[in-house]
Amino acid sequence: MSDIAVAPPTSSTPDRVPTDWRTPEMQRRIRRRYGAEQRFRLLGLAAVILSAGFLAVLLVTMVMNGASGFLQTRIALPIDFPSAGLMLDPARLHGPGADLALAGAGIERATDAAAITAFGKDGDKWLSDGAWLNVREAVKRDPAILRGRSIVWVPAADTIDVAAKRQGDPAAEAIVTKLQAAGAISTGFNLPFLTASDSNDPTRAGIWGAFKGSLFTMLVTLLIAFPIGVLSALYLEEYAPRNRWTDLIEVSINNLAAVPSIIFGLLGLAVFLGTFGMPRSASIVGGLTLALMTMPVIVIAGRNAIKAVPPSIRDAALGIGASPIQVVFHHVLPLALPGILTGTIIGMARALGETAPLLMIGMRAFIASPPARLTDPATVLPVQIFLWSDQIDRGFVEKTSAAIIVLLVFLLAMNSFAIYLRNKFETRW
Amino acid sequence: MSIPNQSKISAQHVNVWYGAKQAIADVSLDFGQDHVTALIGPSGCGKSTFLRTLNRMNDTIAGAKVEGDITLDGENIYSPDMDVVQLRARVGMVFQKPNPFPKSIFENVAYGPRIHGLAANKPQLAEIVEKSLRRAGLWDEVKDRLTESGTALSGGQQQRLCIARAIAVDPEVILMDEPCSALDPIATAKIEELIHELKGRYAIVIVTHNMQQAARVSQRTAFFHLGTLVEYGATSDIFTNPRQERTKDYITGRYG
Repeated sequence: MSDIAVAPPTSSTPDRVPTDWRTPEMQRRIRRRYGAEQRFRLLGLAAVILSAGFLAVLLVTMVMNGASGFLQTRIALPIDFPSAGLMLDPARLHGPGADLALAGAGIERATDAAAITAFGKDGDKWLSDGAWLNVREAVKRDPAILRGRSIVWVPAADTIDVAAKRQGDPAAEAIVTKLQAAGAISTGFNLPFLTASDSNDPTRAGIWGAFKGSLFTMLVTLLIAFPIGVLSALYLEEYAPRNRWTDLIEVSINNLAAVPSIIFGLLGLAVFLGTFGMPRSASIVGGLTLALMTMPVIVIAGRNAIKAVPPSIRDAALGIGASPIQVVFHHVLPLALPGILTGTIIGMARALGETAPLLMIGMRAFIASPPARLTDPATVLPVQIFLWSDQIDRGFVEKTSAAIIVLLVFLLAMNSFAIYLRNKFETRW
Repeated sequence: MSIPNQSKISAQHVNVWYGAKQAIADVSLDFGQDHVTALIGPSGCGKSTFLRTLNRMNDTIAGAKVEGDITLDGENIYSPDMDVVQLRARVGMVFQKPNPFPKSIFENVAYGPRIHGLAANKPQLAEIVEKSLRRAGLWDEVKDRLTESGTALSGGQQQRLCIARAIAVDPEVILMDEPCSALDPIATAKIEELIHELKGRYAIVIVTHNMQQAARVSQRTAFFHLGTLVEYGATSDIFTNPRQERTKDYITGRYG
């Protein structure tokens, strides 16, 4: 072999000049090629670094602004119960009548009075408007405290809360310093933020109502959009004849996926509220509206996934006498499912972050209690974020960021679940 | 054309169009019960198309139109009374490229009997699977790994798995569309051996590009050219003493 390779070309015809691979022009061409390669790689790397950088900045900002939203400043309020003038019979605090007894006891007035006694004039303004609720809970938990003087930890007022996290005005800062010296102030995890609903008072506002609203809305969206989307995709790919009508449907679906979301809101308003008279602000209407928006995405992704199933698998199944529906459900659908799920993730993630269409159907209402049913008035996380970002109270700034963190965690959890499902189906073969 | 013994499938004046293009023109052919019939011819001559009319796989191709009479045991398979799904169970098919399902080896073979309700219970199903794999000459190679994916087998094993899958539903006819074109010579030899063993139990129709293969495995050979049937007869006659000039040119390698 090597003999032949080294042997000089003896019988080369005169018109064929051997290519000289070492001319300066060739060298330049090689350098240019390497240069282009290098530039392309650097550009790609820069693009990745840039997008990763933006993501990092976003996350860091959110966490830095929002982390304090999960914290709550509490003040130790000494209350001398016997002298507080509570109209309360301790005997009634055991059993079913407890709430009724507490309701008329004048705890709110007593709490304010105790604050003024403890911290001087304006002392009641240091406490959150809902501080008396904590006092009430304390009494309910242990009626024995009514017999003497005790200390109840209550949430601080908005201004104090902000100052305690080192962002407040000088007057509030002074109060915080005073309280700190007395050891009467502490910061802890703000559980009510996760369990309460919207409120005018940032110290009492919570995310649970909006979270539950999002959950309900997403559930409706998924239950409507996924089956209808998948069935449409299957029908269009496997059964529908190719003609002008199916072309028209295909174009319409593609266009529908690109329609601005607020238009779907108007559609939902006109159809679900106007024509069908469904309840305003309800998560079922929100879910239906978002389902309209998500469906085209699932149909398009589903059709592509179904198209990607090799025809040889269909042939194989048909060839041993599987009926068309058996081919679809035993072979095509399982193989297309990972792709369909990817489309569903994208569609659902978009629906979860959607605000505009929900504003149109009245989901921007102030909802102070979490929805118990799909037809109850509700709001969703992105709308809640929008509403809070509009508030004047400084306390809502950190709540807004904290709500964004909750929304991102929701999104992440939803996507992780879908990706887990997708991988499970993918590894099956 | 010569009529073989006990014809199983009989095709009379078959025409096939793909849209406006005619792929098969007036082909009449009978396939014997105990024979392996080979369909040979150059690329694009319509032999695969013709094969696919025999179990109505052409139905799945948009724009394909079939005319003429094709009968299976005297029953017209294109009549409205014919159930296509059952027809394809009775006339099994093995494709050019091995196409096992992306499922376990067991599931690949068990799928057909299961959808047709051929096994009353699990042991019976396992028995059918074992019998089919044995008949396809694959049992000894896969008996310890029935739960592994069918796509993990080698090409030749995959093709024998596909044959096992086809015979698991106990068909009367097996159509093979160039079953060895994607296989190496050793795997090809195994498939040919298998065809010899299956002969007699099933009527076999095989499309092949390989004339030596046609000579080795078949008793009858049909030569197709440009969508028409040029010559049909005993394989020995076709290869040693062709009556038509075109047949002679093809088998001597003048074109193809």
